[in-house]
Amino acid sequence: MALKRSTRRTLSRAVLYAVLLGVLLLVGLSADWATIRANFFAPAGIGNPFTGDWGTWPDLITVGVKNSLIYTAVAFGAGLVLGVVLALMRLSPVAAYRWIATAYIEFFRGLPVLLVVLVMAFGIPIAFNGWTPPGGTVGAGVVGLILVAAAYMAETIRAGIQAVPKGQTEAARSLGMSAGRTTVTVVLPQAFRIVIPPLTNEFVLLIKDTALLFVIGFAASQRELTTIARDFMASSATAGTATSLIQASILYLLITLPLTRLVSWLEHKQQKAR
Amino acid sequence: MTTSAQAAPAIQIRDLHKSFGSNKVLKGIDFHVDNGEVVCVIGPSGSGKSTLLRCVNRLEEPDSGQILVEGVDIIDPETDLDAVRSRIGMVFQQFNLFPHMNVLRNLTVAQQKVKGRSKKEAVEVARANLEKVGLSGRENVYPAHLSGGQQQRVAIARALSMDPDMMLFDEPTSALDPELVGDVLEVMKTLAGEGMTMMVVTHEMGFAREVGDKLVFMDGGVIVEEGDPREVLANPQQERTQAFLSKVL
Ligand SMILES: Nc1ncnc2c1ncn2[C@@H]1O[C@H](COP(=O)(O)OP(=O)(O)OP(=O)(O)O)[C@@H](O)[C@H]1O
Ligand SMILES: [Mg+2]
Repeated sequence: MALKRSTRRTLSRAVLYAVLLGVLLLVGLSADWATIRANFFAPAGIGNPFTGDWGTWPDLITVGVKNSLIYTAVAFGAGLVLGVVLALMRLSPVAAYRWIATAYIEFFRGLPVLLVVLVMAFGIPIAFNGWTPPGGTVGAGVVGLILVAAAYMAETIRAGIQAVPKGQTEAARSLGMSAGRTTVTVVLPQAFRIVIPPLTNEFVLLIKDTALLFVIGFAASQRELTTIARDFMASSATAGTATSLIQASILYLLITLPLTRLVSWLEHKQQKAR
Repeated sequence: MTTSAQAAPAIQIRDLHKSFGSNKVLKGIDFHVDNGEVVCVIGPSGSGKSTLLRCVNRLEEPDSGQILVEGVDIIDPETDLDAVRSRIGMVFQQFNLFPHMNVLRNLTVAQQKVKGRSKKEAVEVARANLEKVGLSGRENVYPAHLSGGQQQRVAIARALSMDPDMMLFDEPTSALDPELVGDVLEVMKTLAGEGMTMMVVTHEMGFAREVGDKLVFMDGGVIVEEGDPREVLANPQQERTQAFLSKVL
């Protein structure tokens, strides 16, 4: 062996860094930076905080981010309630309940979310004699998100309920608590602790899924982030460029990244507690 | 309680059978626990001791036979099982405290939700029972911050807070470090001294000898021998009892 082990390791590291540097240089030199900047980071949109120019951020945030978060919160809240009901049905001693819940979950997990959103947005107003949920077609589209989210959350919650030790139920029942009382006061609170990380993940998925509402068509004030960013490509200070899409991406990441970090932290904490 | 129920034994079991699938675990158990009596159940692992105990408050569903608790047939579908259970305290090997509630809440939750006691009354009862098990001042601690022995004493206090007529113990000290066993047994001795009706599955022969009014030896799903603990332990009549005791004593 000509080289020492440590020397060889240093050398191979150096080669890896050299390759990386080479690729970066190649991209950096060959890219047309002026055009990239004009197309993706148009100053009229990005603005300049030093001069008090906020570009198109205020509209993107007060309409797009706000609506995206509202749709997410509604879909998550309603999906959670429906998910708990489905999870309890799946664990029910009554076979018909188990069967219905299983069918529901398999059905909605097997379809593209976009399709469900479309079916709801156009189907609900027709099916219910012109009645639409609050928010009109958008509300109907959110119902689509709810139906799908509930299917995924039901499975997560069921796993959480089953992870609560059997002795907990036995202790509660032997104190004279009814089955329902036991579920509400002893099992569900512990199950929810277990499923907080996966449910947070579900929340992140929903934030991204609200972009699918794009296909429905909105009143201007109802637009979620992706829709408004797409509209800004047609008419705004940054029209004709992809700047608003980049801005929307940044805004999505500002919300989703902290949440996914939070999930890792919670999971780490739970693992240590075990 | 009617006079006839008072005259009835606390627990009366007749020809009890229970199997898990093809595994026959209880093969015709007959015995009774009188009011104020402390009955200790011993036997090798897998002999059906826990199953028998868990049939008494129907955590296990018996296949056939009769179980009368204070004269009430608990297998009768018309019986209000929750009401019966609230009169039978149960203490588990693994404590089974509610980890998301502090000690006080562990002791009050069923008092309020099952017995319908006011919060104030429930807290008073809980404090009195905590004192009884030597854990006054631990009201706001969560179970995870207590030692095994302390958790088991909280579990006993939780059961006592329902003012049960009888207590079932399933190897209450088996999951404890040896130095923590004494405190729990002490609490149980006090209870027995106060006249509590108790059915105790245990490997603590010393406890059985000192506190028990009756000793039941189970093996293979049947009661092999029963009698005065001091006599059975000193002078077992059955071969299987002799073999078991020679191993554990
Ligand atoms: N829920 C269950 N499902 C299937 N089999 C079971 C169940 N509970 C107990 N058994 C079986 O029943 C038999 C008796 O179990 P049991 O727990 O009553 O014994 P035990 O006398 O309490 O033993 P140990 O001293 O180990 O606690 C064992 O063979 C056990 O495997
Ligand atoms: Mg056992």
